[in-house]
Amino acid sequence: MIDVKHLKKSFNDLEVLADINETIDEGEVVVVIGPSGSGKSTFLRCLNLLETPDAGEVWVDNEQINVPGVDVNKVRQKMGMVFQHFNLFPHLTVMENITLAPVKLGKMTKEEAIKKGEELLATVGLSEKADAYPAQLSGGQKQRIAIARSLAMEPEIMLFDEPTSALDPEMVGDVLDVMKDLAKSGMTMVVVTHEMGFAREVGTRILFMDDGLVMESGTPDEIFGNPQNERTKLFLSKVLK
Amino acid sequence: MDWLNEFQDTFYKCFVKDDRYTLMIDGIGVTIKVALLAAVLGILIGFLIALCNLSKKKGLNLIGKIYTDVIRGTPSVTQLMIVYFVVFASVHWEKWIIAAIAFSINSGAYVSEIIRAGIMSVDKGQTEAGRSLGLNAKQTMISIIVPQAMKNIFPALGNEFITLVKETAIVGYVGLVDIQKAGDFIKSATYKAFMPLIGTAVIYFILIKLLTLGLAKIESGLRKSDAR
Repeated sequence: MIDVKHLKKSFNDLEVLADINETIDEGEVVVVIGPSGSGKSTFLRCLNLLETPDAGEVWVDNEQINVPGVDVNKVRQKMGMVFQHFNLFPHLTVMENITLAPVKLGKMTKEEAIKKGEELLATVGLSEKADAYPAQLSGGQKQRIAIARSLAMEPEIMLFDEPTSALDPEMVGDVLDVMKDLAKSGMTMVVVTHEMGFAREVGTRILFMDDGLVMESGTPDEIFGNPQNERTKLFLSKVLK
Repeated sequence: MDWLNEFQDTFYKCFVKDDRYTLMIDGIGVTIKVALLAAVLGILIGFLIALCNLSKKKGLNLIGKIYTDVIRGTPSVTQLMIVYFVVFASVHWEKWIIAAIAFSINSGAYVSEIIRAGIMSVDKGQTEAGRSLGLNAKQTMISIIVPQAMKNIFPALGNEFITLVKETAIVGYVGLVDIQKAGDFIKSATYKAFMPLIGTAVIYFILIKLLTLGLAKIESGLRKSDAR
C-alpha cells in the first residue's frame, strides 16, 4: 500500500532521513518509535508530502507520488493526518471542521457530510459538541475531533504524528481508545508515538528509528521482548522503566 | 468682553459671511469622497501586491517588493503630482477620482504589508491541516487562512484608513478643494490665520474621531466571535 525506497531528507546541513526503505501493507498498524530527532515525524510527513523528500521514492497504491505531474491533493485525500497540536480550525464549529473538506472537495453534499459528521462524532464520543468551537474543548476532545475530521474524507490510510504528546496525562486514554477502535476496524495506520503501551497492544509492527534510519523492525513481541539492535535495547531500557 | 466680540466677529467673517461655510462643507465632501474611494481601491491593490509577495514565483515577489519599496521610499505628495500631472495628464476624468487613484496606489503598498503580516500570523499548522485533508493551496487560503487572518488585519486596516484620511490633506496640490484647501482659501480671503486653520484642525479631528469610534465598534463586533 505504501512503499518507500531510499528516502532521504535533510534540513540545511542536518541529515534527518539517511536512507529509509519500508513497505506498509493494507491493514497494518505500524508504530514508529525512537528518540527525539531520530526522524520519525519527518518520515511520516514525507508519506503525504508535507515534507518534500530530497531523494528516493514514495509509492502509494502503486503510484509514485513524489514525481512532477502527480496530483498531490488527490493522494492526500486518501491519507488522513492527525497532528500533535490538533490544528483544528478555530474559526469554525466542530461540525464545520469535519464537513469542510468533504464538501469543498465535492466528495459529499452538505447533508451527506453532516450525516457522516454525526456518525463520526458518535464514534469518538463527542456528539454533543457538534456546535462547539475548538476553543471550548479540552485537548483530548480536540484531538478526537481532529481524528473525526480526517476520517470524514474516508481515507484508506491514517497517519498520526505524536497524537498524544501535547495532552494532559488524563486525556491520553480517550484518544488512544479511539485509535484502538480505528485499528480494530481494519484501518491502515502509521503512528509516531511515545506511548509504548499503545505500541505493544495495538501495533502489528514496530519500527525503531534512530539517526534517520530504521534500525529495527518487527512485531511488538520481538521488539519489546527480544530486541536485537543495541540502540533499540538502550532506548527501550530508558523508556520502559 | 472685547475678546468675545472679536471672536464672534472673526468667526462670522471666516465662516458665515459670503456663505464661506459652504466652502468648508464642500471641502469635507471632497475629503470623504477621495478617502473612501482610495481606501477601497487601496485594499484591492494591497491584496494583489500581498499575493505577489506571498507567491512562490520569484518574478511576482520582485514586482511586489519593488512596488512597496518605491511607494514607501517617495513622498506621497510627489506620487500624487506624478499620477496627476504625468500618468493621467491626458486623461480627463474628474479630479477627485484621479487623486483617489494616486492615494490608493500609495495606500496599497501599506495595505499589502498589513495583509501579508496578517496572513503570516496564522499558525503554519493550519495550512498543513488544510493541505493534509486534500485541499489545494487556494482553497486552504480562502477557507482557512484568510478568515483567521482577518481578525489581525482589520484593526491595522482601520489605522491605515485613518492615516489615509489625513494624507488627503495634500490634494490641494492638484487643485482640489478639500477641508485643508478650503481653510486655506478662507485664510487668504480674510487675512485671518487662527480661525480658519484651527477650524480646519477641529473638522479633521471630529471626522477622525467619528471614524475611530465607528471602527472600534466594528472591531468589538469581530472580537465577540472570539470569546466563544
